[in-house]
Amino acid sequence: MSISKISPELFHKLVGLAALELISAEGAYLLTEMNHQLSSVNALLQVPLEDDIQPTLHGIECQGAGPRADAWQPFPTPGEILAGAPESEDGMFAVPDVKGAK
Amino acid sequence: MSLNQLSASEVSARVHAGELSAREVLEASLAQIRAVDGVPGSLDQKPLDPAEEQKVHAFIRLTEDLACQQADEIDRKIAAGEDPGALAGVPVSIKDIFTLQGIETTAASRILWNFKPPYTATPVQKLIDAGALVLGKANLDEFTFGSSSESSAFKPSPNNPWDPSRVPGGSSGGSTASVAAEEVALSLGTDTGGSIRQPAAFCGVVGLKPTYGRVSRYGLMAFSSSLDCPGPIARNVSDAALMLQVIAGNDPKDSTSSVVPPSNYLETLKEGVKGLRVGLSPDYSHLFYPDFETGELAMETIQAEISQAVQHAASVLADLGAEIVENVPLPNAKYSIPTYFVVSRVEAASNLHRFDGVKYGYRTPVDVEDLQDLIRRTRAEGFGSEVKLRILMGMYLSSEGYAANYYQRALKVRAMIRRDFERAFDPHGEHRLDVILTPTTATTSFKRNDVFGNTVRMQYSDQMTVSANHAGLPAVSIPGGLDADNLPIGIQFIGPDFREDLTLRASYAFEQATQGEAWRAVRPVVLRQEVTK
Repeated sequence: MSISKISPELFHKLVGLAALELISAEGAYLLTEMNHQLSSVNALLQVPLEDDIQPTLHGIECQGAGPRADAWQPFPTPGEILAGAPESEDGMFAVPDVKGAK
Repeated sequence: MSLNQLSASEVSARVHAGELSAREVLEASLAQIRAVDGVPGSLDQKPLDPAEEQKVHAFIRLTEDLACQQADEIDRKIAAGEDPGALAGVPVSIKDIFTLQGIETTAASRILWNFKPPYTATPVQKLIDAGALVLGKANLDEFTFGSSSESSAFKPSPNNPWDPSRVPGGSSGGSTASVAAEEVALSLGTDTGGSIRQPAAFCGVVGLKPTYGRVSRYGLMAFSSSLDCPGPIARNVSDAALMLQVIAGNDPKDSTSSVVPPSNYLETLKEGVKGLRVGLSPDYSHLFYPDFETGELAMETIQAEISQAVQHAASVLADLGAEIVENVPLPNAKYSIPTYFVVSRVEAASNLHRFDGVKYGYRTPVDVEDLQDLIRRTRAEGFGSEVKLRILMGMYLSSEGYAANYYQRALKVRAMIRRDFERAFDPHGEHRLDVILTPTTATTSFKRNDVFGNTVRMQYSDQMTVSANHAGLPAVSIPGGLDADNLPIGIQFIGPDFREDLTLRASYAFEQATQGEAWRAVRPVVLRQEVTK
C-alpha cells in the first residue's frame, strides 16, 4: 500500500500557522520525521473499527467535581505575575504594535 | 548502610523517633549529590571533562536553601512534639515540569528558562505539607517530549547511574536517575505515554502511573491533557505506596481529578497474591514497527532476557498462590503508538500555543516588526526541534481535511484499546483478571545518541507502557532483574481503574519473594565505591 506524504508546500503552510520560523536544515529534518511518523499513524487506517465504538476523549470517564463556577476570582498577587513578564507597563503586559492596528 | 540508602519509610520513622534529624538527612543527600551528580544542566553547556562524563547530571537546579528551611522546620516540629508528617525529613526531587512558587520552573526548555511561577503544583504542595525536603528540580525531555531525556535544552542531559554512557530513559529521566543514584529517596514524575515507568525500568527503580485523575494535575505544565498523570518514583514498592498515599486525592483546582477516595495503599500492601488472577498477553511479547514506505506494521521481538524476566515473575507469583492466566487477548495494543502519535500531538499543539513571549519566560532579544513577528521569533528561538515537531504534527493531524481520518479515528481506536482491558478485567468475563503482567520496555537502556533524532524509534520505546495511558489505568514498573550487561530490566503490572492497590500488592509480593536473588545485590555503577571516591 502506498501512503500519503506531507508535501513541502503543506509543511511550510503549517509552519506559518504554528507561528514558527525554521532554519533550512531544521526544516528538512522536521519534514522527514513528520513523514516517518505519518507512516506509523497510517496504520490506524487499517484498523477494523468495531461497529458500536464511539470516540473517547478520556480512557476513563472523568469522575471529578466538574468545572468550577464561571466566576471571576482575582489572583491574590498580580504583581508576581507581572514581575515574570518580559515587559510590562502600567500594570499590563507590554507588546509591540499589532500590524494594521491604530 | 549509609543514610542515603535508607528507604523513605525508614527515614521518616527515624526522624519521627528523634533518632535522626532532618538536617542530618539533608546533609547526607547533599553530600551524595556532590559526589555523583556533577554539573547541573544549563543552557550554555561547556565541554565536559572525562570525569563529568561519568556523572549522573540529574538536576537542572538544586534548591538547597529551600530544603534547609524545610529541614529546620521538621526538626523544630519534632522538638515541639508536633506531627512533622508522613514524609518527615525525606529528600525528594521534583521533575522540572511542576511549578514551585518563586523557584525557576523550566520544563527543560529555553522558552521558560527564567519562569518563576506564582503558585505551587498541588502534588508538590502535598509532599511539602507531609514534611518532604525538596532538594531540586530534576532534568527531563523538553516539555516531557521524549523517552531518553536527551531533548532537554539544559545540557548535559541526565545519564543512567547503571552505565553513564547510556540514557536513563525519559521523560522523567532526571527523576529516576536521582533516585537510583541515592541522591534522593523519592521523586515526583509524570507519565503521559510511559514517562515514569520506562525510565524507572531503565534505572532499576519503582515507578507508578496512577489512574487518570487519581493525582491532581494542577501546576503540571500540560503536554497531553487527557493522558498526563503525576506519580511516584521510589527505590522500593513500599515507598511508592507511601508517596502515592500522600499525593493522591481530589483537588478542586483540577476538574478532572477524581472524587473517588484513595485506598489505604500501605494497609493492603502485604495482603499477598494468593488467589489473585494475573494475566499474561501474547500481545505484549512483540513490538510492531512501521515500514516507512508502506505503513505496514512489522513484528519485532523484544529482548529475550526481558521476556524471561516476565516469565520468572509469573512463576514467582504462581508459587505464592497467584493464578496465572495465559493468552489474554489485547489485540489493539499494537495500535497504541499510532494512536498516541495522533492524540498526544494534537493535544500538545493546543497546549503549546500559550508560549508566545508575552506573559512570561523567554522573549526574543532581536528587533521585531510587530506582535506576530515577536511571537514567531520567540517560538523559533525558544523551542527545541522535538517541540516544533510535535506542534507541527499536531496541527497537521487535526487540520480540516485530515482530522476525520486521523484524530477522530484515533479516538475510536483509543476506545477499542480501553475495551480490551475492560474485557480482561471484567469480573464476569472469561479472564476475570486482577492485574496484567507485562514487560515495561522491549529493551534495556540504550546508548546516548543511538536513538536520539529518530523520533519514531524513540516513540516506540513506549509501546509496552502507552496502552495504560490510553485506557486511563494504573500501572507500575518494578525491577525484575538485570541483563547480561548488568542493566536493569523492568516488569509492569497494569490494574483496573483506581486499583493501584492491586498493582502494588503484586509488586510487593514479587519484590519480597526475590530479595535473595543474586541480581538484587548488584549496585549501579556510580555507587560502586571505586567510582565515587
